[in-house]
Amino acid sequence: MKPAPFVYHRPSSVSEMLALLEEHGDDAKVLAGGQSLVAAMNFRLARPSMLIDANQLAELSAVKVDGDHLVIGALTRHAAFHKPVVDHPIGHLLSRVVRFIAHYPIRQRGTFGGSLCHADPASEWCLVATVLDAEMLIESSSAKRRVPAREFFKGTFTTTLKSNELLTHIRLPLGNRALKGGFYEFSRRAGDFALAMALVTLECDGPRIKAARLGLGGVADRALRLDALEAKLVGQNADESTFKAIAAEASNSITPTSDIHGSTEYRKDLIKAVLSRALCEAAT
Amino acid sequence: MSWVGRSLPRLEDPTLVRGAGNYVADVARGAASVRFVRSPVASGTIVGIEKPEDGIVFTAADLDGVKGIKPILHRPDYVPVEQPLLARDRVVFAGQAVAVVVADDHAAAEDVAEQVFVDIEPVDATLDVDLALEDGAPVVHEQAPGNVLVEGKVRTAGLDSALEQATAKITIEVRSRRQAAMPLETRGGVAQYDRVTGRVTLFASVQMPHMLRTGIADVLGIAEADLRVVAPDVGGGFGQKMSLFPEYVILVWLAKRLKRDLAWIEDRRENLMASTHSRDQAFTVTGAFASDGKLLGVEADMRSNVGAFSCYPVTCGVEPLMALAELPGPYAFKEYGARSRGVTTNTCMMAPYRGVSRPTLTFSMERLMDAAARRLGIDPVEIRRRNLVDTFPHRSPTGLVYDEGSYRATMEAAVAAIDLPAFRERQSKEWERGRYLGFGLSVFNERTGYGTPAYAARGMEIVPGYEIVDCSMDPSGHVNVRIGSSPHGQGLKTSLAQLVADELGVIPQNVRIIAGDTDATPYGWGTFASRSLVIGGGACKLAAAKIAVKLKAIATTLLESEADNIDLDDGLAKVRNSNKSMPIPELARAAYHQSHKFAGVSPGLHENAVYDPAGTFSNACHASIVEVDIGTGRVKIERFVVAEDAGILVNPMIVDGQICGGVAQGIANALYEEIVYDEVGNCLTTSLADFLPPTISEIPTIEILHGCTLSDATITKAKGVGEGGLIGAPACVINAIVDALTPFGIEIFEMPATPQRILDHIRGKRKT
Amino acid sequence: MTDKVSIVLQVNGSSYPVSVEPRRSLADALREDCGLTGTHLGCEHGVCGACTVLVDGKPVRACLMFAVQASDVEIRTVEGLAKGDELHPLQKQFWENHGLQCGFCTPGFLMLAAGALEADPDMTEDELREVLSSNLCRCTGYQNIIKAVKLAAAEMRK
Repeated sequence: MKPAPFVYHRPSSVSEMLALLEEHGDDAKVLAGGQSLVAAMNFRLARPSMLIDANQLAELSAVKVDGDHLVIGALTRHAAFHKPVVDHPIGHLLSRVVRFIAHYPIRQRGTFGGSLCHADPASEWCLVATVLDAEMLIESSSAKRRVPAREFFKGTFTTTLKSNELLTHIRLPLGNRALKGGFYEFSRRAGDFALAMALVTLECDGPRIKAARLGLGGVADRALRLDALEAKLVGQNADESTFKAIAAEASNSITPTSDIHGSTEYRKDLIKAVLSRALCEAAT
Repeated sequence: MSWVGRSLPRLEDPTLVRGAGNYVADVARGAASVRFVRSPVASGTIVGIEKPEDGIVFTAADLDGVKGIKPILHRPDYVPVEQPLLARDRVVFAGQAVAVVVADDHAAAEDVAEQVFVDIEPVDATLDVDLALEDGAPVVHEQAPGNVLVEGKVRTAGLDSALEQATAKITIEVRSRRQAAMPLETRGGVAQYDRVTGRVTLFASVQMPHMLRTGIADVLGIAEADLRVVAPDVGGGFGQKMSLFPEYVILVWLAKRLKRDLAWIEDRRENLMASTHSRDQAFTVTGAFASDGKLLGVEADMRSNVGAFSCYPVTCGVEPLMALAELPGPYAFKEYGARSRGVTTNTCMMAPYRGVSRPTLTFSMERLMDAAARRLGIDPVEIRRRNLVDTFPHRSPTGLVYDEGSYRATMEAAVAAIDLPAFRERQSKEWERGRYLGFGLSVFNERTGYGTPAYAARGMEIVPGYEIVDCSMDPSGHVNVRIGSSPHGQGLKTSLAQLVADELGVIPQNVRIIAGDTDATPYGWGTFASRSLVIGGGACKLAAAKIAVKLKAIATTLLESEADNIDLDDGLAKVRNSNKSMPIPELARAAYHQSHKFAGVSPGLHENAVYDPAGTFSNACHASIVEVDIGTGRVKIERFVVAEDAGILVNPMIVDGQICGGVAQGIANALYEEIVYDEVGNCLTTSLADFLPPTISEIPTIEILHGCTLSDATITKAKGVGEGGLIGAPACVINAIVDALTPFGIEIFEMPATPQRILDHIRGKRKT
Repeated sequence: MTDKVSIVLQVNGSSYPVSVEPRRSLADALREDCGLTGTHLGCEHGVCGACTVLVDGKPVRACLMFAVQASDVEIRTVEGLAKGDELHPLQKQFWENHGLQCGFCTPGFLMLAAGALEADPDMTEDELREVLSSNLCRCTGYQNIIKAVKLAAAEMRK
């Protein structure tokens, strides 16, 4: 299974990349980790006539702390998160989540930004971005803009990124040090796409929940943020019965995707399991 | 020094661990590339095929005069169907080859293939094994208007009365979902054209090189002498690579036509949708049980989906007729009636996959036993005790003769290893805590090493079975053994070397097993059906024994000994009860260079032998403990025990490897793997993200216990063992799942038992 | 068909000048253009891992990289594991412990394990299993693979 032919460019600076995107963006794809794109090209499901290789843009592969934000270069490899990138609950949460992204060799090449731009509904980083209210820093040769995660993801494999634009950095608010995170993913085999996964954070005042973030991935055309249920959790006790109830409510209120790996009904069952288990993990 | 029984590291491995193996894609360097254009539609009429302007493209019209592949079974109920090399007027499954492209490399071939426009008018496809049998179902082949290509029936005289007398008649509807052998190396071939002689050498990733040569020669109407087939290193077969495919015939035809070297390397998508599928079966099985759990009789209606064509040479009868003959398995009941049909549909062709029908047969019988145990209030181990064959030889209701085995003993050993009483205590406690652990069991026998009598009984036009082995010792005392078997991972070159080494008193490292090249080996049947060690090994033993006789005769003369007083061991010919000896290489030189000295002994050391046994049954019991997560349906296997008995193990490490590999595929069959079609006949599982072979994370450590029953049915006293792991594991795992979910009172008769199906059961959606 | 690009691949310490289309995968370039056929193709979509090689010490799927991307990295393939006649501990343990049957997945597993263990020689068994879950084997059931890798890891730590 060999890809359709394409012209290849490898710019050595962001400005060079942006110039190429300005000229060829409609026919070109940015090649970052390639772990999703090249597989699709091998199947000839993706057939860009030009690939613009971003892998030499070193300025996009750093992870820095900027005040109360984590700034992640779009080209940062998944493997960089194996060890916490910041000594903060968010750093630990990211290193917990990253282990579920595909497999070890994929994580050596795949990138944080590439994952977000690919916008697979079962992408762990897309779920992280959605739950933690990430902000996308996007550049074109003529402009820069910032797009919050909620507006960035439009559907399966679809974002608001225009064909002449490049995602350069992602800002993740770090938040309270007392934050507790939880993550639970269900997939058929080790490393497979999630059939359902939940990412949550809790801030508690003793046994009571002060604030919560709830997100589900793998069950719709994009990651879901459960705003209404987050509000319901405030003031409740952080215990198993609360979590089971909220998970049941989430399951009832969502009509998940149906495909050969999971029916709607089955994914509804999974939502109950993954959300309650993620919350239990956060609470311990 | 005896080599049989030692876990000698394999002679094959130094090459393979260096990445110096020679697989068909490695042979392909420098050859032009061949790519097939395949039907995107399951059933339809070909209106036209438009070839692109640039590119070498052939269709059926260009192959005019070349016939198709038509395997024959001599039975009145068998409907022969011909598989055209390239579809002519119609297509009968999605993935069927419609045109073939030749280009300089694979990428270019794909570019051209994309531009071949095949205009097909689709018609309704028939896909499901039971729907195909209904009135009005679309007909796949007009010579079989009811969509049945083969049918077998059997009924013993006392079955009706057994069914009447039963205290409990239990009927189960078993469904095995479609499987795929999925070797890690896809199919492929390289046809090399000799410009001087016009002869073609076909390197192909196959399990049966001689069979391929015969089949291709038959179809193309050429002499077998004009074709050489070589199976180089083969990256797994599991039965998928033992059939003749149109692709190989076309490769040879193209090489002769274009007078150049050509390579076809199948890609994974093609392999998953257009090679072969297996075990898409629905069985209705009724067990008539007495109140003490004794199984009085079994009645079955078995339907096997054979897909769009009949595989060559074993034919589409392979699954249905094996199902008919072998359902009784290790159980002693006498009354048996069954009807077994091979049903054709617009899907990829069925062919053997490790175990063939036996994983489904064992699944059926073992689920039946557990269901009866529950109904009658008898312990599942005890009910089997009361029913397992334990007198040998045993004649099954279908006339199969079981040689000495240890069906009950392996069960007792596996159960003892689990410590069932302790587990039952733990299980109850865990149920109270909301955790669901279960114990499962499966007992089975495995028909192995069967030769021509068995295949002749099936009525196959091409009757495999025997093995001829050609053995020679050169003047330096090194041994060459040429075999007709064709190993593809089984370590045969090591095991056979060990056998031969023992016969001749040499070391295995000095025994070279030559296989796979039809120019260099005697006609043989390749490697499948757990046959090669038994039959090829038996023939090796016989051939080597003939050489041993000569060596001893020569030694008798040279060492001035009495007759029959020589042992060959440790590289020496030794006179018993003396210290006179001579290195074997010296004897070998003498055989060739001083042949006049040995009256009555022909010159040289070059013998052959044939072995053609009736077959021998190995047996095993699998026992497992699983945990079912009722929130997600995930099944985790906590323990998996195999107690097996295959007689003498020539190389125990290799045997254990076969068991572990088979069990892993069996676990996959039970929990993960399924080929899925959509409602119009497109295969949906055409990548390894959709078809789910397990990783290490899904496979537990497998504990193996060995029994050793010696049988006269195999001259090496070794029985076959290659398929057992896959035969027993699915039933074992699913029995354990059902046991774990006892509080919910559900029964599962479908595999794979996916997490979704498990939760569906728990939600009470499915009929039990 | 697009114009070929001339690049030099550094493989196992040697230079291989090749001329390839941009769409030529690293796996195909190693196999076809460099003649190093030990790296195998089992799926070409990044799942089976038979094509695993080391790129700057990291195990990667060579079917998911283009050769033109690899012009300035160090590549190691299975052919570079042994030192002349001396097998790498991983190769030796795979051989002695029957960690392979058909051998098709073996180079991928060897390179995966080599890269992972060189990066983290003290990996726990659980971490090792997680790494090994990256690749598929159809023959062995994995039992002897993990056994061989553990023994090799112990040897490599010395």
